[in-house]
Amino acid sequence: MARLLVLGGGVAGHTAATFAADWLGRDHEVVVVTPNAKWNWIPSNIWVGVGQMSKEEVTFDLDPVYKKAGITYKQAKAVSLNPEGSGSSDKPYVTVEYTGQGKAGNSEEVTYDYLINATGPKLNFGATPGLGEGSQLGEHTVSVCTADHAQHAADELTKVLDKMRKGERQKILIGTGHGMCTCQGAAFEYIFNVEHEIRKAGLRDMADIKWISNESFMGDFGMGGLHMKVGGYVVSSRIFTESLFAERGVNYITGAHVNKVEKGKVSYELLDGSMGEETFDFSMLIPPFAGVGLKAYNKAGEDITDTVFAPNGFMKVDANYTPKPYEEWKASDWPLTYQNPTYKNIFAAGIAFAPPHLISKPAKSPNGTVINPTPPRTGMPSGIIGKAVAHSVCDLIKNGEGAPLHEASMAHMGAACVASAGKGWLDGTAAAMTVYPVVQDFEKYPGTGRDTDYTFGEIGLAGHWIKHILHYLFIYKAKLKPFWKIIPE
Amino acid sequence: MAIKPEEFNFAKHDQFNNAMIPGKFARALRTCKIWQFIRFIVLNIKMLIVVSKSH
Ligand SMILES: Cc1cc2nc3c(=O)[nH]c(=O)nc-3n(C[C@H](O)[C@H](O)[C@H](O)COP(=O)(O)OP(=O)(O)OC[C@H]3O[C@@H](n4cnc5c(N)ncnc54)[C@H](O)[C@@H]3O)c2cc1C
Repeated sequence: MARLLVLGGGVAGHTAATFAADWLGRDHEVVVVTPNAKWNWIPSNIWVGVGQMSKEEVTFDLDPVYKKAGITYKQAKAVSLNPEGSGSSDKPYVTVEYTGQGKAGNSEEVTYDYLINATGPKLNFGATPGLGEGSQLGEHTVSVCTADHAQHAADELTKVLDKMRKGERQKILIGTGHGMCTCQGAAFEYIFNVEHEIRKAGLRDMADIKWISNESFMGDFGMGGLHMKVGGYVVSSRIFTESLFAERGVNYITGAHVNKVEKGKVSYELLDGSMGEETFDFSMLIPPFAGVGLKAYNKAGEDITDTVFAPNGFMKVDANYTPKPYEEWKASDWPLTYQNPTYKNIFAAGIAFAPPHLISKPAKSPNGTVINPTPPRTGMPSGIIGKAVAHSVCDLIKNGEGAPLHEASMAHMGAACVASAGKGWLDGTAAAMTVYPVVQDFEKYPGTGRDTDYTFGEIGLAGHWIKHILHYLFIYKAKLKPFWKIIPE
Repeated sequence: MAIKPEEFNFAKHDQFNNAMIPGKFARALRTCKIWQFIRFIVLNIKMLIVVSKSH
């Protein structure tokens, strides 16, 4: 009997664990280690953050789902890996620290035959002094990255709306809280949902709403922008993004590295090297992401974290990490199988794998400050990678170590993304977008780097319907309800 | 002459002045239920094609 250990029960880890449990049956064991008792459909946190959904609507208890799937569930966080075992045993193991199940604070060594690291991002609020989600981590800005953060953001937004009702003009600042953030899409959704709610409340004239972002141009989204066919033209996402901001009266600052947040004020540096300040009454700034800080040790107990993980804490996989200039980047630099090059029984999926380089063009201010978005790994690629990696592990377990691995390169796959711009079955809108492939391939598609037949975007109520239906569909799938396997990632 | 609502924002900021802003008809289509129902079907088909090419 082999044991697959999955670290992280988010989009990638939950997908990997549930498919692996289904494919392996009861002959083998699947163990999930994840610190939260609840699963969270993160995209809908945006609606929690504007008071349009409750925390309960975007989360559910993991325990009964894992019981049903025959998965061993440990509510714990992984701390370190010993891929060669210890002095007394060759069996590799992960040291975990419980966060629940009545064992909070206890440590355990969980052995494995195969390991999938799907621990997602560490929300690195500490990278910018003062940046936070409004409670323990920093009191000045809010966040929508977790359901709890989003609930807190909604409470703060309500206070801002009350002030506007009393005739107090309010300044709202939303965007990215550091020069190396990713996830601009989430901030984009939040700013337009906030604007939509303020407009619905009849208070639009009382609010100055501003966007601040590390993207060098509007519509970069960490993917170097995208080009789509519209009205017979091939058009950059910049044109449509700037159009939406102009239509909704939202000013913007781009190419900004927020370097300090104080009460009601952010300080930032721009790509041209100039410094600026922006005041606010309410601000949601996305933190930069890093790996969750797992350590690795060899058999002798020596620290081999640098061998297993990249300096940003994400796990090294079968990517080409040789540093090279932007002009020499290739689609083939991106990983195919997500297998760790040193320890072949370890894989990484979702945000947890280390990308070979950015997707957007790298940029620095004259002062040497790096200001460019890091590559997004959104829900669909994270799910597809999780499933491919689970498939590989199941084949290795069932067919032996020579079994061919499954591939899921972000340079060969597309992504469908629906960005909400306001919630409402009759008056909501969302930008429905697809990109193909996620990572530009200028050898295959000289010009835009992508296939413009499969890269498109459109804003409207239909997009909102899709987004809202996907909310129910993905929670249904994650709960492993009938026919869950036929719902695509 | 009264300013058209869709042209109002152009004057607000240089950033807006250089952008394209949808007019009344384009905005109305965005929440027109019949048109959006058609778009819903079209978008789902387009997305499913990209999803199927990615798996
Ligand atoms: C507000 C917001 C809105 C978004 N909207 C969209 C959207 O509309 N569409 C889209 O495609 N994507 C969206 N995304 C991105 C999407 O959420 C991510 O791409 C996806 O969650 C990544 O999956 P993952 O499994 O890699 O990470 P996660 O889903 O974050 O899962 C990581 C898991 O690992 C656990 N973990 C952390 N540390 C440890 C540890 N030490 N040991 C064990 N487990 C650990 C975490 O608790 C978590 O359960 C959004 C993101 C945010 C923040």
